[in-house]
Amino acid sequence: MIALAPPTQVPRWVTHVLVPVTNLLVAFVIAGIIIAAIGEDPFKAMKLLVLGAFGASDLIGFTLYYTTNFIFTGLAVAIAFHCGLFNIGGEGQAYVGGLGVGLVGLAFSGWPAPIVILIAIAASMAFGAAWAFIPGYLQAKRGSHVVITTIMFNFIAAAMITYLLVEVLIQPGQQAPQSREFDANAWLPFMHDVLRGIGINMGQSSLNLSFVIALIAAFLVWVFIWHTRWGYEIRTVGANQAAAVYAGISPSRNIILAMLISGGLAGMVGINEIIGVHHRLILDFPAGFGFVGIAVALMGRNHPLGIFFAALLFGMLYQGGSELSFDIPTITRDLVVVIQGLVILFSGAMEHVFRPHIIAAYIRIVGGRAVGAAAE
Amino acid sequence: MTGLETDVATPIAEAPPALELRGIDKWFGPVHANSGVSFAVPRGSIHGIIGENGAGKSTLMSIVYGYYQADAGQILVNGTAVKITGPQNALSHGIGMVHQHFMLVEPFTVLENVILGAETGRILAPSLERARAELERLERDYSLEVNPDATIETLAVGLRQRVEILKALYRGADILILDEPTGVLTPQEVDQLFDILRALRDQGKTVILITHKLREIMALTDNVTVMRQGEVVANVKTAETSREKLAELMVGRSVLLRVEKTVATPGAEVLAVQDLSVRDGQGVRRVKGVSFDVRAGEILGIAGVAGNGQSELLEALAGIRPIESGSIRFKGTEIDATHMRNARQMRELGMGHVPEDRQRMGLVVSFQANESSILGHQDNPKYTGAILMRQSAIVADVAEKMERFDVRPSNPLLRTSAFSGGNQQKIVLVREMDQNPDLLLVGQPTRGVDIGAIEFIHKRLIAMRDQGKAILLVSVELDEILSLSDRIIVMFDGGIVGEVSQAEADERKLGLMMAGERLGAAA
Amino acid sequence: MEEFFTMIVLIADATLRVSTPLILAALAGLYAERSGVVDIALEGKLLGAAFAAATVAAVTHSAWLGLAAGITFAVALAMIHAYACVTHKGDQVVSGMAINILVAGLGPTLALAWFRQGGQTPRVEGAARFHPWSWPGAEAVADIPVIGPIYFEIISGHNMFVYIAVLCVPLTAWVIYKTRFGLRLRAVGESPEAVDTAGISVDWMRYQALIVTGILCGIGGTYLSIAQNAGFLRNMSAGQGFIALAALIFGKWRPWPTMFACFLFAFTDAVQTRLQGVDIPGIGIIPVQFIQALPFALTVILLAGFVGKAVAPRASGIPYIKER
Repeated sequence: MIALAPPTQVPRWVTHVLVPVTNLLVAFVIAGIIIAAIGEDPFKAMKLLVLGAFGASDLIGFTLYYTTNFIFTGLAVAIAFHCGLFNIGGEGQAYVGGLGVGLVGLAFSGWPAPIVILIAIAASMAFGAAWAFIPGYLQAKRGSHVVITTIMFNFIAAAMITYLLVEVLIQPGQQAPQSREFDANAWLPFMHDVLRGIGINMGQSSLNLSFVIALIAAFLVWVFIWHTRWGYEIRTVGANQAAAVYAGISPSRNIILAMLISGGLAGMVGINEIIGVHHRLILDFPAGFGFVGIAVALMGRNHPLGIFFAALLFGMLYQGGSELSFDIPTITRDLVVVIQGLVILFSGAMEHVFRPHIIAAYIRIVGGRAVGAAAE
Repeated sequence: MTGLETDVATPIAEAPPALELRGIDKWFGPVHANSGVSFAVPRGSIHGIIGENGAGKSTLMSIVYGYYQADAGQILVNGTAVKITGPQNALSHGIGMVHQHFMLVEPFTVLENVILGAETGRILAPSLERARAELERLERDYSLEVNPDATIETLAVGLRQRVEILKALYRGADILILDEPTGVLTPQEVDQLFDILRALRDQGKTVILITHKLREIMALTDNVTVMRQGEVVANVKTAETSREKLAELMVGRSVLLRVEKTVATPGAEVLAVQDLSVRDGQGVRRVKGVSFDVRAGEILGIAGVAGNGQSELLEALAGIRPIESGSIRFKGTEIDATHMRNARQMRELGMGHVPEDRQRMGLVVSFQANESSILGHQDNPKYTGAILMRQSAIVADVAEKMERFDVRPSNPLLRTSAFSGGNQQKIVLVREMDQNPDLLLVGQPTRGVDIGAIEFIHKRLIAMRDQGKAILLVSVELDEILSLSDRIIVMFDGGIVGEVSQAEADERKLGLMMAGERLGAAA
Repeated sequence: MEEFFTMIVLIADATLRVSTPLILAALAGLYAERSGVVDIALEGKLLGAAFAAATVAAVTHSAWLGLAAGITFAVALAMIHAYACVTHKGDQVVSGMAINILVAGLGPTLALAWFRQGGQTPRVEGAARFHPWSWPGAEAVADIPVIGPIYFEIISGHNMFVYIAVLCVPLTAWVIYKTRFGLRLRAVGESPEAVDTAGISVDWMRYQALIVTGILCGIGGTYLSIAQNAGFLRNMSAGQGFIALAALIFGKWRPWPTMFACFLFAFTDAVQTRLQGVDIPGIGIIPVQFIQALPFALTVILLAGFVGKAVAPRASGIPYIKER
């Protein structure tokens, strides 16, 4: 990622909050224009969207279920970005991570539930990391562009897992390419069940304990990146390779490490989807979540807290969008994809388009001041 | 203009000078890069412009070939005042530039590079034919031999330079400006280039040569302009001057910022370099078999114009750049091409490194100051536990360091980019010095640093020496070298041309050596 | 023996058809990459052009207007990329991703709103669709052994797009290597500083390259929806934009090798449909997914440096910022 940093004389909240929010608003305004162009009322659509996402406890549950996936993939993209890498392979890494989870679910019948679940979590990370290892290694040691290799690996993953599901893991006697259902010991508890156990009544939804795991993961990633020396090394490599070499930090080792962690995080989508919701291995469950992770990481500026909110926003869009299509049949999940593309465009590729104007406007209205003592 | 000697070589008659500058002034912010520069270059001559780094030569030539615009002054080509708006415009006035860093497309052939931007028509074939015929003519007239169908990738550096010259001539340049053309050439290639330049002059072209090397001036030029600190200090006929005179003018009698210091009492050998050779990133050998040593309790200064191998030497010693041949002995540990040590290992052995380019290498400008302050020392148990880094300990430590070295503002949480150059440098220095290394490598310690901080930094370096540490100082600032060093060696063209003790050193001797002259050699 | 020959002919025929969008998209990518702009949105431009062409063709009942619409939309998408990356020095990969995702959603959204058919456009027929050209005498010679089937199946009976795609290869080779535009284009991708000092605008060269990219993708996408098929379906490009990218890398950014790479990848697809379920002596049944993954796996192996070096234009992916 290129960082063009003009010298700023404005407080950090302007660049860290105002500019990203503006980019987001532009994306939404354009989406609104598209909605109007197809003959619907954007404001009505907006209201239905928010209600569909947060209007009832079960709806909130679904929203958070989506958010879980986006936290995982957003963290994955973010940690790679901190090392200066663009990991587009979240989709494939999530798929393979889910494969790992599925294999555990199929193989470990009869084991006590907590153990199976722990092994499944470990498998999701290991499989996802393994899928990111080759692109990482090739970038570090051979200079092969990680963008191209991860795109290729997405397709290879899809082909590989389709083959496995159709030929190897398919439930005997069935037509549909999916595995048999896991035994109950491999089911990650739903949140509504867990909450009922402590007396809180929540509507039924797909939300499961992986949401908690996602939050823990976000916290751990925050600690890792900013409070450990491995995180320090990764960030140094991403910010300034010459300085990293000067400091005795190995760029190739950290590139591989960052990709491994990134793949492992993306792989954890499998925990949510495979042992959390579907309880069997199915086709295509990543369903674009890997790409949403890119939008989430860009919007959240690669920080776990920002990622959480961005993931929540997209969770709202996904859940609200699907409710919306009941009331307004012309608006479907595809519109959410449009918004996703616009967000990536304005928060990512065009993030500097509005920046100078916002800064100039701020200086005009409030007046700039020198940050730090520029002169002595 | 102080010290202006004689006048320009004015031919008896008639023909106006090919190029004349009158009162050129250029400011970059507060820096006065060119101040009232005036001289004339007669047609059909080779004119040298000599000066140290920062003398303003390159800026001046950039104005002449249109890359920058002068803030004041006039440029006259063949007696007529012109406004040069850009490189293409300059060419239309017959001014062509041969850059120090070639602007060539590597996979293209010589022919293709020559016609790029000067093609005739949409289809290439006619342009290529025309260029081929023209190149043949130029080859005959100026002995600029080069295979037109060779790709640039396959050409040696000397030949690539010829392509740059051909490009300018193809576009009708009558005045050719060459900026430090011999830095990357072998001795044979230098001779060939000189032959070409003489042929150009003999055919009526005008050549302007920017250099810091006295030998080239004396061997090649008809007239020479000496610049120092943005001003012209002399304009003389080469035949009427000498190396010593030029060296003195180049370096000048500056006000010395001498630091109070006692005589050094050097102890045991800390660093011994034997026959060391180092190549740069492009595979060109930049350090050519140098040998020297550094003892505890002394400061060894390496003087020289930038680009003579000092940077590569420093990086090799610090463990950042691989060694090609030769050896380094640091506190008893042997290091050579087969037994290399990286930067982390060198630090563990007791070496500190203040890099020449603090922004590119010494700091991470997007990090907070406290994070830049542990760069290179992130594994130190003071700063990190088994898993977590000791954030508060780091911040407290950095705050204390900032107090001690008077870094302003003394806020460890501020982004590194927000600090001024001098304060950034102090952050790097205190970081490296506090680790108590036995040998400190220091490159350009006061580049971009204000006067007050310079004095502070110099005092600290002397203090470190007095504690019995060894310091290797690389600097292009003669004042700094003279003021701090106990012994001085001068690097030129990848080798050491001489060594002097502080007592014997003065600007004249150093100036001569920096321009390539060995002491005691015939003038 | 005759059966084997017939199978070869039919496979060659299918290869040509399948490779058409690949060749057009790959050549489109060639222009962009050679100028130093990474474009991973070939997929998005193909899909977008397919949508625009099918929509306009369905509404106006004119295939030619559909083609014009397809080209226009693809060029517009390329201009978004140019604006973000060339003018504003934005990240080229992020921009490409954004366009891919945007188009993937926009097509079905608009199609659903306008046509109410679940996200696809109405079936196009007749004048609203491009039909195969039958070459003179094709029917008559069809039965002549060897030459007949070759003429009838492989040469005759294709959509004009197939011929255009193949012709674009020597045309591109000529433009890139024999014209002033091509020289400057290649120079911009290798050494923008050299071009800049020669007084040529780096940004304008890149814009021009991206316009060509848009045109070629526009033609390719139009082929997908109103020539090869009879309307726009969601995601109908099915990764062909990425296969084209892989072919471009495999072909080391040169026109003829790229075309052969497209043929190779199309061939594997054509063969795979024939070999499904067929037991090959010694190897067994090759899974169809293996064939599908082949183009991508080959590209990774190439990028890893095991099959020679794939060296992209030197300035590829780096926004050009004048040093001043």
